Amino acid sequence: MIRLVKRFEFIEHTADVGLVAYGKTLAEAYANAAYGMFSIITELDKVRTTESRRVEISEEDWEGLLFEWLNHLVYLFDVEMLIFKEFEIIELDGYRLQATCRGEKYDPSRHQLKLGVKSATYHMLKVDTEKHQVQVIFDV
Amino acid sequence: MSRWSGKLEKIDEYRWRIPQSYKPGMRVPGLIYADEDMLQHIMEEKALEQVANVAFLPGIVGNSLAMPDIHWGYGFAIGGVAAMGVSDGVVSPGGVGFDINCGVRIMRTNLMREEVSPRIKELVDALYNNVPSGLGSEGKIRLRAKEIDEVLVKGSRWAVEHGYGRPEDLETTEERGEIAGTDPARVSGKARERGAPQLGTLGSGNHFLEVAVVDEIYEPDIANVLGINQSGQVMLLVHCGSRGLGHQVADDYIREMVRAMQKYGIEVPDRQLACAPVKSPEGQAYLAAMRCAANYAWANRQCITHWVREAFCRVMGKGEADAGLELIYDVTHNIAKIEEHEVNGHRETLCVHRKGATRAFPAGHPDIPEKYAKVGQPILIPGDMGRVSYVLAGTERAMKETFGSTCHGAGRMKSRAAAKKYVSGRDVLMAMEARGIAVRAGSLSGLAEEASEAYKDVNDVVRVAHNAGISKKVARTRPIAVVKG
Repeated sequence: MIRLVKRFEFIEHTADVGLVAYGKTLAEAYANAAYGMFSIITELDKVRTTESRRVEISEEDWEGLLFEWLNHLVYLFDVEMLIFKEFEIIELDGYRLQATCRGEKYDPSRHQLKLGVKSATYHMLKVDTEKHQVQVIFDV
Repeated sequence: MSRWSGKLEKIDEYRWRIPQSYKPGMRVPGLIYADEDMLQHIMEEKALEQVANVAFLPGIVGNSLAMPDIHWGYGFAIGGVAAMGVSDGVVSPGGVGFDINCGVRIMRTNLMREEVSPRIKELVDALYNNVPSGLGSEGKIRLRAKEIDEVLVKGSRWAVEHGYGRPEDLETTEERGEIAGTDPARVSGKARERGAPQLGTLGSGNHFLEVAVVDEIYEPDIANVLGINQSGQVMLLVHCGSRGLGHQVADDYIREMVRAMQKYGIEVPDRQLACAPVKSPEGQAYLAAMRCAANYAWANRQCITHWVREAFCRVMGKGEADAGLELIYDVTHNIAKIEEHEVNGHRETLCVHRKGATRAFPAGHPDIPEKYAKVGQPILIPGDMGRVSYVLAGTERAMKETFGSTCHGAGRMKSRAAAKKYVSGRDVLMAMEARGIAVRAGSLSGLAEEASEAYKDVNDVVRVAHNAGISKKVARTRPIAVVKG
């Protein structure tokens, strides 16, 4: 498949790693930000989609929702060692997000872990609801 | 990236001021410890803007401080120190960071390089195998649900009571590895879930175990009190933090503070600086949870210390008493603490945030171990993997100028992505081995990101801290083996 539009791009930061994620919709941008985050952790081509988790988050603004969405996925990775690569956003409305995330458990024989993500941060965090573009810097 | 174009006043060779007039809203000036060369690098990124932003926080006193290893962080710069009045000031989880009580400890041994070098490969393998490390590593300790509360309250003492380490290790740990004022009820279920399986793990990123040898002693009298006796003597370093538990506590309370700011009518230039009054329920809850995470980190380093000793004794064929392996000291470099300091001639109770900065209390201070009362608090400054590390001592001048604080490490100069462009993990491995450093790393990619080239030279950082008088050089060590997560 040829992808004409970039899902995300890394941005330079001295100590940490940041990215800008794009989408045709805001939901797609949230999904692509999550995809970008997991691609910091490992090579996603080698990840299968044998497990799924339903995620539901409710916050008070778009920025808070992005922060918590990504950090909830970091939490799932930390506790269950789940690496996700597909993010089906079922609902993104009124600062509520519902999604089904698919991936698999980390398997050291097939996955090489590149870099740990401690957390998404609020530093320079941006949500552009018109351009469907989000920016986030991770503490790694 | 935009270069700093604001005003910067030279105070002396090692001190620079961002005047309070730089941005309306700054409550105090910024004060940066750096020499001219370093400053050129610092000005290329956003660290100075961050120093100015921190000066906006309610209740900040003195200066918004930047240590010589300062670099662009998120919210606060890394290498930042900010003290707020407890009665009218705020506490900010972003001023501590996600890795609460990330810190470093150093043990001395009775062995010399000649005895250890022939077995260094065996030793680095034994350390790697005996201390769980790397992303996703689970510990050898299985905590029951109730037990984690005990770890959060007792810290290092929990570890010692469960057979990890020696009772005297507590004497030479900052806060005795058990900071008071905890409340485990303030630590979320998510944080506990992350913390329970990870106790006794090194983690990844810049965390490491190191076998080092003393290569220079600057203050023999002080060094002797610390048990650093001669050049060539073997030392062991441990650098790690509070793992997922600390990250989750930071995450939980940053969100809480974003909400609290509206309630208290606080505005900050960067949301990552989210804060609440120290005395508010939100501020108190964060401090209680942060202290729990800090104690978890101390218990973590204490358990690891035990396995490091085990591996070292087994490989070297020595008993513990024979090998030495006394803990010289353990410092934290990501924390907020309630301390008494003099501000404009008055004693004040302050909430001192140290984010990538180390406490540096002078001789005679009541909070340092009795055995070091005459020499000052030991300060441990790990360099990057390929270069040297330092042991420093605290000074009176630090008490007067920096709320008893100094630098914490080398300080990044290049981004991780940029570091990888210059060198591959394999290059780093080969370069280190060529320099006689045995390496075991969980991830080659992670190794490239920690290449020496990505960091400032720790020698420069320490020289500035020493010449500025905010700490004093005691000894320097050079790595002979490194374990990375």
